[in-house]
Amino acid sequence: MEKIIAGKTIEVNEEGYLTNFPQWNKEIGEAISTEANISLTPRHWQVIDYIQGEFKKESPLSIRKIGKSGVVDIKEMYALFPNAPLKTATKIAGIPKPASCI
Amino acid sequence: MANHLQHELDKNEWEINIIDEREEHHYQPGYLFLPFDIYEPEDIVKSIKEFIPKGVRLLTDKIEKIDAANNVVQMKNGDHLHYEILIIATGAKIAPEEVEGMKGAEWQKSVFDFYTFEGSLALRNKLREWEGGRLLVHITEMPIKCPVAPLEFAFLADSFFKHKHMRDKVEITYVTPLSGAFTKPKATEALDHLLQEKNINIESDFAIAEVDNENKKIIDYGGREIPFDLLVTVPTNKGDELMERSGLGDELNYVPTHKATLQSLKYKNIFVLGDASNIPASKAGSVAHFEAEILTENILLFIKGEPLKEEFDGHANCFIETGNGKALLIDFNYTHEPVEGTFPFPGIGPMRLLKESRMNHMGKLAFKWIYWNVLLKGTHIPFVSATMQEAGKNFA
Repeated sequence: MEKIIAGKTIEVNEEGYLTNFPQWNKEIGEAISTEANISLTPRHWQVIDYIQGEFKKESPLSIRKIGKSGVVDIKEMYALFPNAPLKTATKIAGIPKPASCI
Repeated sequence: MANHLQHELDKNEWEINIIDEREEHHYQPGYLFLPFDIYEPEDIVKSIKEFIPKGVRLLTDKIEKIDAANNVVQMKNGDHLHYEILIIATGAKIAPEEVEGMKGAEWQKSVFDFYTFEGSLALRNKLREWEGGRLLVHITEMPIKCPVAPLEFAFLADSFFKHKHMRDKVEITYVTPLSGAFTKPKATEALDHLLQEKNINIESDFAIAEVDNENKKIIDYGGREIPFDLLVTVPTNKGDELMERSGLGDELNYVPTHKATLQSLKYKNIFVLGDASNIPASKAGSVAHFEAEILTENILLFIKGEPLKEEFDGHANCFIETGNGKALLIDFNYTHEPVEGTFPFPGIGPMRLLKESRMNHMGKLAFKWIYWNVLLKGTHIPFVSATMQEAGKNFA
């Protein structure tokens, strides 16, 4: 399905995750974060950069992995993206929801 | 695998060795039944020697390190074993030390696991005398072995306390880091409904940060607190530390593996079977069984220098005990989530998928016999294929 985010028509799934990463830009990230009641600080952007980098390397993401990355620890990750940090952070970053649960 | 391969390989050219640090083999699905006095310890534990096929050598010793660059296994006793092909099947185990306070003062007093023989036995002794209160059935983080086991534990607990005429004294809460009862949407719907029916509360999206032993509560990273009188937890699951020592594992010590060929991503002559790999399939015994059929073919192709078959589809088949002598059955793979239908014969059954029935429960109990007498011997299960069958399933 399609949704208008930050004035652009973007392909998303039923849960609002982007299905076509090249359509992502910082304005779209900002718009999704506003919907999630988060205002992005430079710390948030460091985390988003990191998870997008892992996504581009096709390396699977998990909260544990982010906690061990040296970018941010798990506690801060929860402070930055409350409740479900990995789900929220990946949505803002424009990448699929991690399939870490099997 | 040893059984499969020793039928296929020329004995003049190949020597098969199994290295295991233990002398006993455990029927791990039995750990679920031990706490409720449904199985006895002797149902679960047998000597490994009984199961070693003729012509295969068993080495009972610890491995210090796998030196994959040089095709050598370094044993703890100093021996160096050279290999042409290595199959890693070191499984997954619990790591309660990963969560602050989990292995604290209350460990095996009011905090228990049922993923080890010792934990399960200690919990049995506790349940025999427990007088009731707040029971939490808890998953620390995914992935875990047999992702349905904690749900089954909750269902069996409901049934157990009913039989002891004390269900009204026990409040059961299912605590999970997932957003619902299971990882796949359609099964989650059916299982959420069953939890409700059995009066089991669910606390979802709970990412545990610590166990507070003094005040008997668990606390998550968001500050949410849940008190307990009895905490039955599934701690973090990790691959074997040997993988870390050998530089073969990821952040959870699982070996990065090609999900369709089961070959290590780093070393062409290493293959990974079962829970030791990082493939996105369930960590369940049925998966290892289905993998073994495909892996045998691929190892033979590898020896001939031919391209491997990308055939493994993530097939898993699990019985889910739902208590009161009934069970559900689910059958799924990488692309298809569990749905309703019939199994193993399309349209006939006799087992029903994703529906509670007595027939499914009989299937689950019969499985123990099948495990010891059929699976360990590498025999194919009649009518059940290694890749998932789509007929007889309602995907709509």
